[in-house]
Amino acid sequence: MSNTEQPAHKVCWSCKGPVAASALFCETCNAIQAPGQLDHFTRFGLERSFDVDVDAMEATYLKQQQKLHPDRFASKSGREQALSSQQAASLNEAFETLKNPVARAHYMLRQAGHEPEGGEGHTVNDPELLMEAMEMREALDDAKDKITIDAIIKDTRKQARACENDLGAAFDSQSFDAAKKLATRLRYLMKMTEEARAKKSRLAAA
Amino acid sequence: MALLKIHEPGETPLPHEDERQIAVGIDLGTTNSVVAISNSEKPEVLRDKSGGNAIVPSVVYYGDDTPVVGEAARDQINSDASRVVSSVKRLMGRGLDDVKSVAGTLPYHVEVPEKSETENGEPMMVRLNVGNRVLTPVEVSADILRALRARAEESLDKPVEKAVITVPAYFDDGARTATKDAAKLAGLEVLRLVNEPTAAALAYGLDNGAEGLYAVYDLGGGTFDISLLKMQKGVFQVKATGGDAALGGDDFDHAIAEHLLAERKDGGATDDLDASDAKRLLKAARTVKESLTDQNSVEVTVALNGTDTKHTVTREQFDAMIAKLVARTAAITEQVLDDANVLPEDVKGVVLVGGSTRVPAVRKAVADLFEQEPLSDIDPDEVVALGAALQAEALTGGSDNLLLDVTPLSLGLETMGGIVEKVIDRNTPIPVTKAQEFTTYQDGQSAMMIHVVQGEREMVDQCRSLARFALTGIPSMAAGAARISVQFNVDADGLLTVSAREETTGTEQEVAVKPTYGINESDMATMLRDSMVHAREDMELRVLTEARVEARRNILAVNAAMDADRALLTKEDEANIKQAIANLETAAAGDNRDAINDAAEALENASRPFAEARMDSRIRQALAGQNVDEVH
Repeated sequence: MSNTEQPAHKVCWSCKGPVAASALFCETCNAIQAPGQLDHFTRFGLERSFDVDVDAMEATYLKQQQKLHPDRFASKSGREQALSSQQAASLNEAFETLKNPVARAHYMLRQAGHEPEGGEGHTVNDPELLMEAMEMREALDDAKDKITIDAIIKDTRKQARACENDLGAAFDSQSFDAAKKLATRLRYLMKMTEEARAKKSRLAAA
Repeated sequence: MALLKIHEPGETPLPHEDERQIAVGIDLGTTNSVVAISNSEKPEVLRDKSGGNAIVPSVVYYGDDTPVVGEAARDQINSDASRVVSSVKRLMGRGLDDVKSVAGTLPYHVEVPEKSETENGEPMMVRLNVGNRVLTPVEVSADILRALRARAEESLDKPVEKAVITVPAYFDDGARTATKDAAKLAGLEVLRLVNEPTAAALAYGLDNGAEGLYAVYDLGGGTFDISLLKMQKGVFQVKATGGDAALGGDDFDHAIAEHLLAERKDGGATDDLDASDAKRLLKAARTVKESLTDQNSVEVTVALNGTDTKHTVTREQFDAMIAKLVARTAAITEQVLDDANVLPEDVKGVVLVGGSTRVPAVRKAVADLFEQEPLSDIDPDEVVALGAALQAEALTGGSDNLLLDVTPLSLGLETMGGIVEKVIDRNTPIPVTKAQEFTTYQDGQSAMMIHVVQGEREMVDQCRSLARFALTGIPSMAAGAARISVQFNVDADGLLTVSAREETTGTEQEVAVKPTYGINESDMATMLRDSMVHAREDMELRVLTEARVEARRNILAVNAAMDADRALLTKEDEANIKQAIANLETAAAGDNRDAINDAAEALENASRPFAEARMDSRIRQALAGQNVDEVH
């Protein structure tokens, strides 16, 4: 599925020996390597699937940060410090992308050669979704008390959960057009939840 | 027998205990600073010579000689206030526009730079007029750091060249860079800038070895910070941070002062306060605040403009005065909990940091907010420095624990119409690298201004401007055809580097910008040189002073011994000793350190026969009346 084929091995900058392209450390001399073009899922030893066990992935993320974070290289050479910073940044990017369902969906779409909606030059023209979004916004604008807002939050979260399940099924069946639409819908739902939360804390602070 | 340690190839073995460079943790605070060291994950604060106070007031007195830091500097407020600089942290990395927001809260004259921006479009940092000197906040902070370094070196009896320095989570890029520059001036290599709340959590986390979600509520003299941290598998992850850079215990003092003034006015007094009256009134207010921590009511006399008035302030009244301020911290805290999608009952412990958390109303608000009693077994004034020391040890000696921090504020670029396009959102884990693509909007456009801003607001003029630079040499293309990639890179210290590149034509151009707030490399070099020259002067003066003190101490000791054991003294020895003392007194009055040391040695030689005679006599006395068997 990967659109760029990579050589399986490269040369270790430290001992000049061969090292696997995806290796974090050289097996021979243990020197930290540059991050390279490692796929986000491969980084965490996961199968390419929308259904991600976020807690398990986080455990892997923490284990890897323990090894790669610049704090582990504070007394090493400048080169090793720079590589560790790159590795840690790549790891952070991979984790942040896969942790967030919308970012994960967009990443999977791009990996499959489909540009997600809503980016540069893409307008959303799904009338059903636009109508639904407008209704949700009106409901939130009309909400004047905590109980009503809590109900809205509960509803949008429930819908988001269902949308995530649909996304998983769409990716499993490689229905990318459906996945595109669902990703956009999920983005709206999450944004609504966020705005409802913000309104709730504004009410609480007033 | 020493055990052999085998290391994997390529793995740098951890330095040996005694070879390892000493690294301290420094809490460089607005009001107070603390330095600490950690050994074997047991951190301790470094106290002054008498073993007393760990706290060094962040106050510098610029008299005619070397700057004086700490208590001694604060004592000068009454006699020479115009040369005393305090709360300089509020100005770190601040430009003209920011000063307006703190104007009037600072007791010294702030010089506004002639231009608000350098030629590169960077904001100019403010300067302070103190006595006849003009100083940047960076230089003043460097003086405080030098004093902390000196305390550490004196206390540990070893050179100290490395440190972890804490900064408020809300410090923006300019303030972080300024802090690093100050450390450089003070001869300290910064191993890592660590956010204060994170350091505090580290101090607690290691002690308790606890996993789960923790909140750090940090209310200092001038700033409020709230952070949520998750601790699991030895990793401390900052989940979300928030705060207010202009809310703290100083505001409590102001509230009390206003209350006292209002009462005086009701009693018919007309007060027209000058700066020194205001300082005295605030000092009285501060005492009231502190007393109300343990007492339910306190009496205070305010003496201003020849009218003395007596007041009684109850804790209930005080609580009412600060209710709004405390509620504001609660609202910010709720926002941060929301950001992280966390409910109060998910929080396993709440850590208190900062002297203002001693106020009972604050403690109660925190307890109500999180539905639990906050942790307070570590002194809230010392906890940050202790955590910094632990991190310093972890970075130099290795550790099983790791700290994962986040960006406290969003970073973005100005786009058409002055709108901010966010590139890195706040609360993103660091280090982080992110690129954003832009394009040209005119046919044949050959250059593009890149304006980097920090903040949460939508419009550029509501955010903080960090840097502005031009990417030039874009090949001639139709509007919208160029692909300009702007890359943001935030390192583990939270410091930002920005680069830009035009990618379509393969012509690559890269410009890297580091916001520096008016201190350019050559200024920095001059300051470093100055500090080195002064360091030598300071060192020579210190060595001379030490020699004099030692000489006087020796003379006193020999005189005391002669008084005590005159019988053991031969006429000849007495004459020699008296001559040697006279010589040493003459030398000590002069400025030649070698002469003082030579004379001190001569006195030691002259008094040796006498000293030996006294020693023999003591031993005989001790042994008298004892059996040989009892003597070991």
